[in-house]
Amino acid sequence: MTVVFYLIAALTVAGALAAVLLKNLVHCALAVTVAFGGLALLFLSLDAQFAGFVQILVYIGAVAILIVFAILLTRGSDVPKDGVFSPTWLTGVAIAAAVFAVIGWAVINSVNAIPQQAAVPHVTVHDIGIALVGPYVLPLEIVALLLTAATVGAVIVAMHEKGGSE
Amino acid sequence: MILIQEVVSSFTPQTTASAISGILWLIPALPIVASGCIALMKQPLRRAAATFSIGSLGISLLLSIAAFAHVLSGWLAGNAVRESVNFTWMRFGSSAVELGWVLDPLSAVMLVMVSLVGLLIFIYSTGYMAHDENFTRFFCFLSLFAGAMLGVVISNSILLLFMCWELVGLTSYLLIGFWYQKPSAAAAAKKAFLTTRVGDIFFLLGIVWLFAQTGTLLFYDHGTGSLEPLALASLLTQHAALGLTAAGAIGLLIFAGAAGKSGQLPLHVWLPDAMEGPTPVSALIHAATMVAAGVYLIARVYPLMQAGVPAGGVTTPLTVVTWVGASTAVFAALIAVAQNDIKRILAYSTVSQLGYMMAGLGMGGVAVGMFHLITHAFFKALLFMGAGSVIHGSHDEQDIRHMGGLKKLMPVTFVTYVIGMLALCGFPLVFSGFWSKDAIIEAAQHWTTARAPFYMLVFGALLTAFYMIRQVSYVFFGNWRGHGHAHESPRVMTMPLAILAFFAVALGAIGSPLWPWFRSFLEGRTAEFGFQGFSEPGLLTLMATSSFVVFLGLGLGWWIYGNKSPAPEAPDALQASMPRVWTVLQNKFYVDELYGATVIAFYAWWARVADWLDRRVWGGAVAAVTWMFGLFARFDRFLDANVVDGTFDKGCEELSTSGGLLASIQSGLVQNYLRILALAVVALVLILFWSSRP
Amino acid sequence: MTPLGGYLLIAVLMFAIGLAGALVRRNAILVLIGIELMLNSANLNFIAFWRYGPHPEALTGMMFAIFSIAVAAAEAAVGLGLVIAIYRHTHTTEIDKINRMKG
Repeated sequence: MTVVFYLIAALTVAGALAAVLLKNLVHCALAVTVAFGGLALLFLSLDAQFAGFVQILVYIGAVAILIVFAILLTRGSDVPKDGVFSPTWLTGVAIAAAVFAVIGWAVINSVNAIPQQAAVPHVTVHDIGIALVGPYVLPLEIVALLLTAATVGAVIVAMHEKGGSE
Repeated sequence: MILIQEVVSSFTPQTTASAISGILWLIPALPIVASGCIALMKQPLRRAAATFSIGSLGISLLLSIAAFAHVLSGWLAGNAVRESVNFTWMRFGSSAVELGWVLDPLSAVMLVMVSLVGLLIFIYSTGYMAHDENFTRFFCFLSLFAGAMLGVVISNSILLLFMCWELVGLTSYLLIGFWYQKPSAAAAAKKAFLTTRVGDIFFLLGIVWLFAQTGTLLFYDHGTGSLEPLALASLLTQHAALGLTAAGAIGLLIFAGAAGKSGQLPLHVWLPDAMEGPTPVSALIHAATMVAAGVYLIARVYPLMQAGVPAGGVTTPLTVVTWVGASTAVFAALIAVAQNDIKRILAYSTVSQLGYMMAGLGMGGVAVGMFHLITHAFFKALLFMGAGSVIHGSHDEQDIRHMGGLKKLMPVTFVTYVIGMLALCGFPLVFSGFWSKDAIIEAAQHWTTARAPFYMLVFGALLTAFYMIRQVSYVFFGNWRGHGHAHESPRVMTMPLAILAFFAVALGAIGSPLWPWFRSFLEGRTAEFGFQGFSEPGLLTLMATSSFVVFLGLGLGWWIYGNKSPAPEAPDALQASMPRVWTVLQNKFYVDELYGATVIAFYAWWARVADWLDRRVWGGAVAAVTWMFGLFARFDRFLDANVVDGTFDKGCEELSTSGGLLASIQSGLVQNYLRILALAVVALVLILFWSSRP
Repeated sequence: MTPLGGYLLIAVLMFAIGLAGALVRRNAILVLIGIELMLNSANLNFIAFWRYGPHPEALTGMMFAIFSIAVAAAEAAVGLGLVIAIYRHTHTTEIDKINRMKG
């Protein structure tokens, strides 16, 4: 475990923590962007270059922007009076901690039993493209449909009532 | 006449029934069918009702004469006829209920007598009841009675006889209480029915015992009938209580039934009260036929009564019959002396004469008793119808003290009535009553068991003459003491009187010692015509004695009452001389009062006890059960309301509450859903991890 | 701690943090952010196993991750659209207040 890994990990985790803990919504959005970036770096360190760049393109380039727009359109920049955490936040934290504990414990107990190879896989974009139109053509097409449906749906849902469907 | 036993073996056993016995059942059936038709008619259809009644009985009479002719021809040819037609009514297990009818001399003679006297009285009734509005009902009941009586006569099965016997009793009840609006008539009808019922219970017991013992209900059944030697022998071997054989005990039980129906001593109380019915009813039922049914019954079952007779002696049943008959004869005659109602005198006279008949049966045999029955039927019917004519003519007056002098005002009635009266008294030689009563007295004289009945019967004859002449002098002689104007009755009423008067004289011919045809006919032997019958030792002396007694009675009565016309309020001449005796006689020896104080009082007490028992004990038991059920019901309701309903309600409530609780999980808050999902994930991972461990 | 283990632990940690955010914060958009974090951690899981597991040349893990990213993007779009639509109706983004589908 190299130092680089620890640094990137720390960055990502910090970003995630900041995203859920900060009061100002816009700050949360920026923090989650940092987390997305950290993840992209992690992908790169795992020799999944294409995944890393797609992560940056899509998540940081689209999803984060989307989040900011949503915050904008819903006046999220105003801090609510009652506080940002729900009254039963402790229960939520406890549950999350339980989940972490259980899965983490499962990982630790079993990871040594998994065969792990150290050889770096050489994957080119060409390979990914061939795979997409080859074995994975069906998921590709379905995802295309899905994206279409999502686009149409999002437009309809978010349309103004005057021009939208009843 | 010599006393001879019934010779059964002189009757040839019949293998095939003749034509007439095949249709013999029509004789009772026709009047019953006529009665049914009349019952469905409307009240104003009087002519139709009378036609139906008289027509059907007329046809029955013709058939009876045909049957009689058949039996007579058989007797003339030397074969005594006894034909029976039997059929099975019901079968149960190995035994069967059999009914049937028999045609023999006894039933043939009774058939002719009943239908002839019945027909004459039916014709008479069309005149007597002409003013009554219930004319059709009267003829309906009369026809039913005629049919039932004819059924009794021809019956070969003791059960069929009993059924017709009860039917006769029913019609008697209906006819006595014909004017039921009168309380006395309704009470008299009830009294008649109940009193005869007492006798009938014993009769029924006798029937059941006889059936159980002999296994057959039929009298004559080709050797296996209950009156045939085989059955009688078996009855004699069985012993009942008090030293009697089964035959003796059954005989006594059957006699108890006959005693009720024929008004013998303890059960005579209903007959005088039965005079509440219309006079034709009194004539037909209570003089000629129904009361004769008891005598006929004894005659029919005579082989049973006679069974096991010791040599030169008498069987127990016949001894009892004789004593009861003789006592009744004297008892009733004494009471008749002190009565003032024209019909009541005749009623007591009937009771007395029935006693004579019973005594005759007991001491002299079937022929002796039956001869007196036949002759008595005719002249008693004549007397009653004559009395009816008198009542009709004196505008429904029945007290003899309010009559008188009718000799000139109602001549035909007077002549026929006197003929009947002399026949009843037994006026020598000319009248039938002399010969029939003499036969009985002769039998009493020869009776070896005791002499007392002889003296009783002779005394009874004296009294009979006395009270009849008393009645005749009150009614027909002297001056008219009644109200209004007395007149003779119409032809339709006097014609039957004349016919009966003829028979009252002529019937003597068939039973006199000159030509003892009747006895021979009944016993199935040939009869010799000639004066040798008179050569019996003591017969002529006896005839002289009884003639003397009759003249004495008539003379005494004429001397006391004669042509005098006592005022209605004045006491009777005899009453003036022996007032206390007179009172006892007039009050009928206080028998009714005795019964009222003992039997009826006991019965009323018993009815009260039963009522108390019913209301308190059984009613209490029922109430207790009801109360217990009520308790159970209340407990049940409590359980139902509180336990069952409570449980159910609580259950539903819980369900509802828990439903509410479960519904609250659907809070609508997405974060809660998510939390639960996360918990599920934790659980899932745990399960997966643990299950995959080695 | 193998490298794979390290990556997996990071993924689990991020998942837990994302879950905590979705469970605890009141704003709907932050719930969506939490969900995005969870999805990302799953992607990390896939890539880690692809790198260190057998047959990386089959590209299974990579494909999964790519498709996951695509779907996540679509889902984020629709979800945020929904949040905006709800905001227009109820003028609030607090999910505590949006409970009209309660039982």
